[in-house]
Amino acid sequence: MSPAWLAGALDLGGDLLVVPLMLPVVGLLLGLGLGGRHLGRVALPLMVLGLAAALAVAAAVFKAGAPLHYALGGWAPPLGVSLKADGLSVVLLLTSALVVLAVGIYAQRPFGVAPGAVETRSSLAFWMLLLGVWSGLNTVALGQDLFTLFVALELLTFSAVPLVALDGRAETLAAALRYLLFALLGSVLYLLGAVLFYGTYGTLDIALLAAAIGGADAVPAPVLAAASLMTVGLLAKTALFPLHLWLPPAHAGAPPAASAVLSALVVKGSFFLILRIWFDLMPMLLTGMAAQILGALGVAAILYGGLLALRQARLKLLVAYSTLAQLGYLFLIFPLAATSDPAGSTDVVTGGMLHLVSHALAKAGMFLAAGLIAASLGQDQISALGGIARALPITVLAFGLGGLALMGLEPSGAYLAKSLLDGPAAASGQWWWGLAMQAGGLLTAAYLIRVFYHALAGFSHPPSLKSRPARYQELVALALALGALLLGLLPAELLGLVAIGRSGVELGGLP
Amino acid sequence: MSGVTLFGLCGAALVGLGLYGLICHPGVLRKILAFNLIGSGVFLLFGVIAKRGGGALAAAGTGIDSDPIPQALVITGLVVAFAATAIAVALLLRLVEVGGRGTLEDQAPASNPPHQGPKP
Repeated sequence: MSPAWLAGALDLGGDLLVVPLMLPVVGLLLGLGLGGRHLGRVALPLMVLGLAAALAVAAAVFKAGAPLHYALGGWAPPLGVSLKADGLSVVLLLTSALVVLAVGIYAQRPFGVAPGAVETRSSLAFWMLLLGVWSGLNTVALGQDLFTLFVALELLTFSAVPLVALDGRAETLAAALRYLLFALLGSVLYLLGAVLFYGTYGTLDIALLAAAIGGADAVPAPVLAAASLMTVGLLAKTALFPLHLWLPPAHAGAPPAASAVLSALVVKGSFFLILRIWFDLMPMLLTGMAAQILGALGVAAILYGGLLALRQARLKLLVAYSTLAQLGYLFLIFPLAATSDPAGSTDVVTGGMLHLVSHALAKAGMFLAAGLIAASLGQDQISALGGIARALPITVLAFGLGGLALMGLEPSGAYLAKSLLDGPAAASGQWWWGLAMQAGGLLTAAYLIRVFYHALAGFSHPPSLKSRPARYQELVALALALGALLLGLLPAELLGLVAIGRSGVELGGLP
Repeated sequence: MSGVTLFGLCGAALVGLGLYGLICHPGVLRKILAFNLIGSGVFLLFGVIAKRGGGALAAAGTGIDSDPIPQALVITGLVVAFAATAIAVALLLRLVEVGGRGTLEDQAPASNPPHQGPKP
């Protein structure tokens, strides 16, 4: 049933994990020699290969029913550094490969160099930075050592920050600088936490640390300090509610292809590390106050982001504030998983990852569509969108389907995610988390209906367009939005993939 | 007071000073310097931990009196902090060149109205 290349790839076992790490770096090295003129075209086959590699890793993990391991240089963890692909890693690998490939196709027009045209500096910069982001994400997904993960996080940040300022206007430079300052504070706090872990246990390997922390009777004070420092640092990079100030100007000012990557993937990289720290490194600490605080911040983000999105006059800013709100949902999994039985907690993590994928696909599609609308009209004021649905039907359809996926209508991934989260919330009597999710869904519907209201009005007077988007760009945005909308149709066995490596707990009852 | 405690406290003081500067100073250049101060504090802590771990190694009769791993990590950390500073300074220089300001305060100078309307 599986094609020959897949069968061959499955025989590689742990060695397979090297491929997703290598491909972006190969692209970066080629880019130094080829320049921006050819890198855009060379990067595309690499991205297709990357998707194939991510699929092969997923198939291998699924078939084995256990995580894949690889020890760099053959040295096992106390001495060496290891890589591991479990269910969570596979989800992040697949999502990044998909979104990067879609953005790579879309960006052929804005950042490709036509034969005979003069090459611009932003072209080379964009492709190199996109490959850098991809490389950072793959390392975040597979790394099992706190210091490797630090380097991966820095690679991600240093690639993401210049993406914000690609057009070089003063306001985007200021947004990039503000983003960088928040991110640097986050990195240095994370590093401080890593030092404290090393000072206490003499290792940075997640599995060894988890065994040492789990084996002790009382949690030592440095571990508590390290956990709080690392979490706060990563929250600054993820832009959770009180540390969100940098996100809206940065995501709304970047070129659309960059915004899509930033909103869909980059903030998820640091969220993924928070997940690793709390669920893999010290699951026993999650029961306390920390989980409740993270959940409360998530609720604050859902409400604050939703309300501010309602008030925005510009389409791209609205989508950026919507990202703030959607990130809040991801943090509800901490209190819900902490108070559930093992099966319920697996459901919660699965729901959270499903929401991550669904938001990544929907938001990438919406940012790409919003970018096409802004480029065609020459501006993106929401009140001036009249008639755009007639002028650019496919683009508006992509934006709308992405919006339906965000609202959590059946059969979207967000719908399935919410029903997976709702069960444990009701079972443990914590109705307020469910209420927050419903309120968030209502706010999402409200700010998107405002966009639809303006976009669908004025049907008899379509606006005159400055330029037409290429058909393939519209179709890429549509495909991403459709992917998010149909994610809820995934068979239950595939959802079990997320739980592989989660302390052997089988996925509990599905809705 | 042993050397390990003294240097540990120095590291803590550097992190505190840097944190204050990063949050309270409006000038971006000062914020970048403050970030480097925090970084130095963290790297000092790496050194302290290397020395302390070395005590255990020496007591075990290995003939080594400092743990080499934190030292290797510090070198990587220094490279990362250097790269971060370079990116930040490059962005700041460009901001001063294009926007004529070296802070991130919201009120822009009157001669340079913020771009909020339709793009040209």
